[in-house]
Amino acid sequence: MSSFNLEKFLKTKAAGFVLPFIATILLFVIWELAVIILKIPPFNLPAPSSIASAMVNFAPQLLANSLRTLWTTMLGFILAVGVGVILGFLIGYSKLVYLTLYPLLVAFNTIPKAALVPLLAIWFGANAVPAVITAFLLAFFPIAVNVALGLDTVEPEMKDVLRSLGASQVETFQKVGWPHTLPYIFASLKIAASFAFIGAVISESVASNAGLGYLIVQATADFNVPLAFAALILLAVMGVILYSFFVYVEKKVIYWAR
Amino acid sequence: MVQPSLDPTSTDSRSVDTLPLLEFDQVGLEYPFEGSMRRIIQEVNLSIKPGEFVSFVGPSGCGKTSILRMVSGLNPAPIGEIRYRGQRIRKPLNNVGIAFQNPVLLPWRNTLNNVMLPLEIVPPYKKDFGQKKAEYIRMAQDLLSTVRLQDFQKQYPWQLSGGMRQRASLCRALIHQPEILLLDEPFGALDAFTREEMWTMLQALWMRVKCVGILITHDLREAVFLSDRVYVMSPRPSTIIYEEVINLPRPRNLEMELSDEFNHYFSNIRRHIHHN
Repeated sequence: MSSFNLEKFLKTKAAGFVLPFIATILLFVIWELAVIILKIPPFNLPAPSSIASAMVNFAPQLLANSLRTLWTTMLGFILAVGVGVILGFLIGYSKLVYLTLYPLLVAFNTIPKAALVPLLAIWFGANAVPAVITAFLLAFFPIAVNVALGLDTVEPEMKDVLRSLGASQVETFQKVGWPHTLPYIFASLKIAASFAFIGAVISESVASNAGLGYLIVQATADFNVPLAFAALILLAVMGVILYSFFVYVEKKVIYWAR
Repeated sequence: MVQPSLDPTSTDSRSVDTLPLLEFDQVGLEYPFEGSMRRIIQEVNLSIKPGEFVSFVGPSGCGKTSILRMVSGLNPAPIGEIRYRGQRIRKPLNNVGIAFQNPVLLPWRNTLNNVMLPLEIVPPYKKDFGQKKAEYIRMAQDLLSTVRLQDFQKQYPWQLSGGMRQRASLCRALIHQPEILLLDEPFGALDAFTREEMWTMLQALWMRVKCVGILITHDLREAVFLSDRVYVMSPRPSTIIYEEVINLPRPRNLEMELSDEFNHYFSNIRRHIHHN
């Protein structure tokens, strides 16, 4: 039997999948045993087995609410990308805009968005709208900042080479400014997507009529803690998939950034 | 545009046309510093003929790079005038090629596309880019083989060494057949052996285009090897304090670098370098 070389295994691609997978399984096993051995009541900490049966029993509700969280997150995120990129370019290219808007944006960004949700609910009702808006509000700032930062870090000599050839500002932007900023945009996308997700769920848990956040609040109000946990686990899974998707896209598009 | 290249094996480094291409007329530079104006450069007067290669040497901070930026039109001379064919340089001319110490290749383009960049910007190449692309690619490949990078045309900058990137940067500076080549300490970041190799490659590239060359360097041997004339600048406020005419035949090689004549030029120049 050949000996297993840990060092060698750690360098393989498979290690990145296998190790967390094993850790997750172990976590659930220990969890299940702890609940059984320590006789923890289900409304404090349900065992993974009861969470799994809740998932099966409430599958339609879990699915419907997951989809709601997903599309409100995505809509808020897409709006954030549009506004964030444009705002970032304005801040990066115009000193006037930078000096005027940036401090305001920073101040606004420090307000915990959860505090805004009740207000949004008064204006738009307890539905998908505050969720989309909260997702947007959390996500646009990191994008704008990264875009502005990207523009700031273009090497002056790179611009000089183009300028010395007689290139216009637009040409310099097309050939240098934009491609240079792309890695910064993509780096911010995975963060912004996660933030949008958090924003949507926060909004749902404060004032909404659907979504996984809403489901968790309803389930705990009914003392159906296994269902709440089921929703939580789904949230975690969705979050990981979302983040991983943008990591993958980033690798494909920004082939030159290491 | 430049005349077709002269025979590269010719030993006559002077061109046929003797009207100056560039004239410096009482050129100066100053900026405000602690309430008063601090003069960096003053009263620089000289003229450069087509096809001449000149170097500026001198202590750090004496404004050599500023001279380059003034000629390129990136920062036009605030005092005095630099004239190109009699016209004052007020903004970038589009027949200039420039290479900095940092090669600044665009990391999202491979070597070939990096070299072709000026052809996408400079008229008349820009207009014909669609139709003449194949021809432009050949032009780029031609230059790349002069510096032995033809096998690396599909590679990206991160896959090249510093010396290779600088060679690509030099090709980029010459592909649009500029009339003026500006070099700001292009080999400063390279080790001494690579630098000597680069002199030969730069000479080969330049002799194909035979444009005006202006080199800023700390390396006096580099200046003597590459130039027809070397100008020594004083510490601030800088002006030209010495001019050495280099009468070595071209193409020059590393054997010449070891000769007595070469050392004679080197010593003359060295003796005139004063430090701050």
